Amino acid sequence: MSLICLKNLSRRYQMGEETIHALRDVSLEIERGEYVAIMGPSGSGKSTLMNLLGCLDTPTSGTYELNGTNVSEMDDNELAEVRNREIGFVFQTFNLLPRSNALRNVELPLIYSGMTFDERRRVALEALTAVGLADRVTHKPNELSGGQRQRVAIARALVNTPSIILADEPTGNLDSKTGDEIMTLFEDLSRKGNTVFVVTHEEEVALHARRIIRIRDGLIASDEAVKH
Amino acid sequence: MFRPKQTYSRWKLLRVLSAEFKESFLMALNAVASHKLRSALTLLGVLVGVFSIIVVMTAMRAMQTKIESELDVLGGQTFAVQKLPGITFDRPDEKYWRRKDITLAQGLEVKKRATLARGVGLEMNFPVTEMFSSYAKAPPGVSLTGETPDSFAAQNWILHEGRILSDADVDGLRDVCVLGNNLAEVLFPAGSAMGERIKINGIGYSVIGVLEAKGSMQGGNQDNFAVIPITTGFGRYSSRYQSIGLMVQSRDLASFDDTVEQVRGVLRALRKVPPGGEDDFEILSQDSMMQQINSLTLAVRIGVTLVSSIALIAAGIGIMNIMLVSVTERTREIGIRRAIGAKKRNIMTQFIMEAVVLCEFGGAIGVLLGVIGGNVAAHFLKLPAVIPFDWALFGLGICSLVGIIFGTYPAYKAANLDPIESLRYE
Ligand SMILES: Nc1ncnc2c1ncn2[C@@H]1O[C@H](COP(=O)(O)OP(=O)(O)O)[C@@H](O)[C@H]1O
Ligand SMILES: [Mg+2]
Repeated sequence: MSLICLKNLSRRYQMGEETIHALRDVSLEIERGEYVAIMGPSGSGKSTLMNLLGCLDTPTSGTYELNGTNVSEMDDNELAEVRNREIGFVFQTFNLLPRSNALRNVELPLIYSGMTFDERRRVALEALTAVGLADRVTHKPNELSGGQRQRVAIARALVNTPSIILADEPTGNLDSKTGDEIMTLFEDLSRKGNTVFVVTHEEEVALHARRIIRIRDGLIASDEAVKH
Repeated sequence: MFRPKQTYSRWKLLRVLSAEFKESFLMALNAVASHKLRSALTLLGVLVGVFSIIVVMTAMRAMQTKIESELDVLGGQTFAVQKLPGITFDRPDEKYWRRKDITLAQGLEVKKRATLARGVGLEMNFPVTEMFSSYAKAPPGVSLTGETPDSFAAQNWILHEGRILSDADVDGLRDVCVLGNNLAEVLFPAGSAMGERIKINGIGYSVIGVLEAKGSMQGGNQDNFAVIPITTGFGRYSSRYQSIGLMVQSRDLASFDDTVEQVRGVLRALRKVPPGGEDDFEILSQDSMMQQINSLTLAVRIGVTLVSSIALIAAGIGIMNIMLVSVTERTREIGIRRAIGAKKRNIMTQFIMEAVVLCEFGGAIGVLLGVIGGNVAAHFLKLPAVIPFDWALFGLGICSLVGIIFGTYPAYKAANLDPIESLRYE
C-alpha cells in the first residue's frame, strides 16, 4: 500500500461569481521514502497541493488517503494531530517564532505532542545537531543567517519524526550556494528513509530529487523519474 | 511509522494538560514581558479595581476586629441598656435627644424587678479634670466611672487585690475607689495602692481595690480608669439630670433572650411607654451591635462593590481590546503553531492564559497596595493591622475571572483563524 494515495482530488476557491480551480482531479500515488520535486509556473497550484498533502487544507472533492486513513473525513482536532505527528513543514520564509531561540522553535511541535520537558530538550538538541546547528541553539532567528534559519526550520520539521516532509520553495529566499546545502540536507533525509516533497522553480534544484511532478493550471502535466 | 489516533491514558492526559498549562503560562509571561509598556497600561485598570476593593475591605476588617474585641467585654451573656444608640456616624437624631433620661431610681427599680438577671450594674461616666496621689498625677486620658457592685462581673473586671464596691459603699455614698491596674501603678509607683488616698477634682478617696491588667492590645490603654460608687459621684460630678447606663448579665446563654425581654418590659412600664409604642431606650448586645455595624457599613460595601465592578469591567474591555490587537499582530505566529500541530484548543488556552496572566499581574499589585493602603488607614484610625487573606484571594479570583471573561472572545478569534491565511499574513 502506498504512503499517499490521492484520488480525483480537487480544490476550488469561490471568488464572488468566479470559481477558481486551484487543483483539478489530481490522482497520485507516493511510496514511502520517495523524494519528489514539484514544479510548475506561479499560480499553477503547487502550494495548494502541499497544503492538502500537509492536512492544513481539506479538498473540495476527491479523497486523500494517508497510510490507509482517509484524511478527507477527519475533524479539525484529528487533522492537527496528523500535522503534529506525520507532517513536517518547511516554508520559503522560514516561519520561525522571532522572539524564541532556535531550541524553543524546534521544541514547539513537541510541546503540542505532550512530551516531557527533559525529553523535549534532548530530542530538540538532537534535531539541531543533525542539521549542524549544535552551536547555535540559544540564538534567536534574527541572529542567524538565512541558511541557518532554514536549518532550524528543517530541524523543527524533523523533530517529531514525521512520515512526510513538505518543503514549499525552501531555497526561494536563499542564495544558490546555501540553497544547494539545504538541498543536500533533504537528500540526506531522503536517503535515511524520509519521504520528501520539495516545491521549486529551478531545474537544478529539482534534479536533486528522484521524481519530478510538473503541474500546470491545477493539473498534473507530467510525472517522471529523474535519471541520475 | 504511522501511529493510529492516539488515545491518552488518564495519567498521560493529566500530564499533557498540566504541561500545556505550564507552557501557555510561560508563553504568556513571555508575551507580557515583550510588551512592557502596553501591558502596564492595560493592567492599570485591574489594579485600580482590585485596589479599591482590598483597601476598603482591609480597613473595614481592621475596624471590625477592633470592635469585636471591644464587644468581647460585653461577652455573650451581657447587654447594656442606655438612652442613646451605641454607634452613629452622624449626629444622633432629635428623636433620641428628646428621650427622657434613664434615672438612678429607674435603674434601681430594674435591679429589683429583673428576677431573671444574675446582676444589674448601673453606671455613669463622670468628667474628670484632675486626679493625683501624693506621689504622682494620673496619665492624660484617665477616665472616671460611677458603678454598682454588679457592674464588675458584667464588665468582666477581675480583682487584682483588695475588694470591689459593696452595696454599703453605694448606699452610704462612700468616698472609696477601685483603680485600673495601670492607673494604680502610675499613682503609686513604689508599692501597693491599697489603703492609700487619691484626690479626684479636689475630693479625697480611699483606694479599696485594684483590678487585674487587661492589657493594651490595640494601642490605647484600657487600664487607665478609676471606679467610684455611682451614688457618690452623682451629685458631685454630674447634674442630677443625666442618663445612667445599665449593664445586665443573664444567668446563662439560654436565658439571655428572656432576660432581655424582662428588662425591656420592666423599663417600659417604669417609663410609661404605651403598649405597641417604640422603646424609648436602646438595648445593646454583642449581636445587636454587630448587626448595627454591619448595616452601617453596608452602604460603604455596596459603594465599593459598585465602583470596583465598574473599574473591572472597564479594565476588562481594555484587556479585550489589547488582546484583539495582539491576535492581529501575531496572526503569523498562530498560523505557524497551527501548522506544526496546535489544536484550536491550544491556541484558545494560550490567549486566555495571556489575558489571565495580565490580569493577575495587575491584581497582585492591586492586592498588595490595597493591603498596605488599608493598614495605613487603620494605623491613622488607631486600629490594629490585619491581612485579609480571604479578600486577597477573592481579589485574585476576580482578576482571573475578568481575564477569562474578556480574554475568551479574542482567544476564540485567534483559534478560528484560517491556518493557511495566517501563514501568508504579513
Ligand atoms: N485563499 C485563496 N482564495 C482564492 N484563490 C486562491 C487562494 N489560494 C490560492 N488561490 C488561487 O489558486 C491558484 C493556485 O495557487 P497556489 O497553489 O498558491 O499556486 P502556486 O503555489 O503554484 O504558485 C492560484 O490561482 C491562486 O490565485
Ligand atoms: Mg506557492
